[in-house]
Amino acid sequence: MSIINLRNMEINQTGIVSSVNVSGELGRRIRDMGLTKGVAIAIQGRAPLFDPVAIRLRGFTLSLRNNEADFINVEVKDQEIN
Amino acid sequence: MEQTSVALGGNPNSGKTTFFNALTGARQHVGNYPGVTVEKKEGFLSHNDINIHLVDLPGTYSLTAYSQDEIVARDYLTDTKPQAIINIVDAANLERNLYFTVQLLELGIPVCISLNMIDAAKKRGISIDDKKLSSLIGAPVIPTIARTGKGKQEVLEEVLKLTRDSQGNGKFEISYGDDLDQAMIKIEKIISDHQFLADAYPTRWIGLKYLENDSQVITKGNNFNSVISDQLSAIADKVTKHLKTTLNTYPEALIADYRYGFINAILKQDVISRVHDENKLQLSDKIDKVVTNRLFGPLIMIAVIYGLYQFTFTYSETPVGWVEGFFEWLNGFASTYLSDGLLKSLLISGIVDGVGGVLGFVPLIMFMFFGISLIEDSGYLARVAYMLDKVFSTFGLHGNSVMAYIVSGGIAGGCAVPGVMASRTLKSPREKLATILTVPFMNCGAKLPVMALLVGAFFGKNEAMMMLIITLIAWGGALLTAKLLRMTIISGPSTPFVMELPPYRLPTMKGLFIHTWERTWQYVKKAGTVILGISIVLWALMTFPGLSDSTLEQFETERQNLKSGAAIVTINEIEAAALDDSIQLSQAAQSLQKQLTIVDFKAAEAALKNSIAGKIGTAMEPVSKFAGFDWRTNIALVGGFAAKEIVVSTLGTAYSLGAVDPEDTSTLGEKLQSAPGWSPLVALSLILFTIFYAPCFVTVVAISKETGTWKWGAFSMAFNTTLAFTISFLVYQIGSFFGLLAG
Repeated sequence: MSIINLRNMEINQTGIVSSVNVSGELGRRIRDMGLTKGVAIAIQGRAPLFDPVAIRLRGFTLSLRNNEADFINVEVKDQEIN
Repeated sequence: MEQTSVALGGNPNSGKTTFFNALTGARQHVGNYPGVTVEKKEGFLSHNDINIHLVDLPGTYSLTAYSQDEIVARDYLTDTKPQAIINIVDAANLERNLYFTVQLLELGIPVCISLNMIDAAKKRGISIDDKKLSSLIGAPVIPTIARTGKGKQEVLEEVLKLTRDSQGNGKFEISYGDDLDQAMIKIEKIISDHQFLADAYPTRWIGLKYLENDSQVITKGNNFNSVISDQLSAIADKVTKHLKTTLNTYPEALIADYRYGFINAILKQDVISRVHDENKLQLSDKIDKVVTNRLFGPLIMIAVIYGLYQFTFTYSETPVGWVEGFFEWLNGFASTYLSDGLLKSLLISGIVDGVGGVLGFVPLIMFMFFGISLIEDSGYLARVAYMLDKVFSTFGLHGNSVMAYIVSGGIAGGCAVPGVMASRTLKSPREKLATILTVPFMNCGAKLPVMALLVGAFFGKNEAMMMLIITLIAWGGALLTAKLLRMTIISGPSTPFVMELPPYRLPTMKGLFIHTWERTWQYVKKAGTVILGISIVLWALMTFPGLSDSTLEQFETERQNLKSGAAIVTINEIEAAALDDSIQLSQAAQSLQKQLTIVDFKAAEAALKNSIAGKIGTAMEPVSKFAGFDWRTNIALVGGFAAKEIVVSTLGTAYSLGAVDPEDTSTLGEKLQSAPGWSPLVALSLILFTIFYAPCFVTVVAISKETGTWKWGAFSMAFNTTLAFTISFLVYQIGSFFGLLAG
């Protein structure tokens, strides 16, 4: 297991949110939408210009900009090295 | 009959509006919450001989003080104190929807949960034990299908039961963890000891807001009793610091965690069971694989946006034609039966044209709102924002700004009036304002005749190329200006994008029609009277004071001289032809007619120059000449404030050609080519000026209504004209210096 930034996750990769390091309006919006510590997420896709990112959590799809995703760290399974 | 008031609240995309429509039908009214531009929908219905006043709150995910929608929703709940809340919850998306429910329960107003779209949830393999959910969360839960109206009677039944029960939902308290709970005990004691804000809010809720550092409640608290408020803030600060050092988190974060924890604990007690994994890809996600695909996504989007544009402007042509035809008929009627004079001129050019102008936009606005509602309600609009956000956020805008840009003339030929209104889909205040202020730069249909005239006359060989360049200049100018505004007067961080991509859904026809009708009617009601008033003022500007008696006499003498030089038969012939269109004029009569018309045109030119608008134009000449414009162009531009195509007809009058039809400008074009003071450089300068200067006054009215203040309408006039003059000045001066485009 290792912790990486949400921005660096690949499409279809899954993980568990380990921290959301932002307060104020952005922090509040992110948490209100259910992106809180401990929630399971999966990367669903990226927009044609690679930003924003669409993620799947709690049974729905949420999109956020890459610079908003920067505040979110995710615990992911280590990728097998081929 | 007994009266009761009930609020309808829930997340966006939970089917809240559909439920509202199902309950109230046509008995609804749309207005605004006091002092803000947030829409307020109210409706009336009766159930079991009780009249219910139902208010639809704005759809939100939370009740923070960060957005106007949320402040409006919670202010309504705390200030007006409705007797109960119907909380619409998307059954297929229970966890996140209940997060809002928890916040409603924290407010202490009785809540009845409508477990909506239960059929769609079933299709997704989700089944919910509504009785168990009800007993665990402590509020009635009724499965509903808003689309068909299923369950609405039961909801009303439960709501009325709640309003009669003095206990409401009963006590609702969740734990926010040891640290916060301890702080909360102290806070609650201080609040209840001092009756702090007791009339406005429940005790525990005030405490929660102090812990969440809620700006609105803390400000109110300071005004109420700053000593107590400071005590509460001190406790909140202390626990905030403690959490930062021990857990590296914020009270707000912890509160959100515990709310979701509370919901999860309920759902885990066999309330919800799924056939599939929660994050299994649904049909909607499969559609997204194509619709937001890197290659197909943009292609489909271009097709949809182009389709919306065609729908708005092509299909509305027929009804616009009816409206125009009717007012033409009215005009003809008035000109035949009224004697010449000021009253006739006021009726025709002031009032009939003014009302016609107001109503002429109605079909456009209707089609635009219908099209955008269709795209929005289906869920596609969120995908457009998702795909285009990267481009628009670079300029300080939002992905959804594209709709307003396109409708305004991003595809040449739109209209800024529905364009400004299309910005209603934007929820981010700064991005919305920047969009509203820059969409008037797009090439609307009324600017096109001006462009066609100038391009045709001075850039004839490269017409198509020039039109493309003009479109690109408009886009570039609008985006760069948006960036400039966002860096200066509308500066501030971008509103968080964090947006749900809702599942695709088929919109209901009833919803689409109600939505379209309400917004169109609002335009007629709110903007209509103002527009009519201004068009009368503009008519007066172009008409008064008219020509002096001696000048009028001069023109009359000229006419008489022409007539006396002609044979009696010829004059009789012309007089007969004025009453009967079918009479063919002889050559002599035609030539006399032409000469008489020339005198009329000269008189019109003289009257225009002598009018208030003309005097403004003449007075501006010493300044405007630096951009290459003489008094004639100035008057035309003043006239263009009424509607941009009037630039063409006014130029015609100013060049003694009569009021030129914007559809046929070839004679005016030839005249300009040979007129002194004109060159391709002047034409270019005027093209740029026309793109950027003050929007027409209908747009100014729309801007003022949409932003809620005349300040922004006035700003757009002053700012755009200054910007336009700067650009034209630079182009003309640099061009003249290097002798470019001298013709």
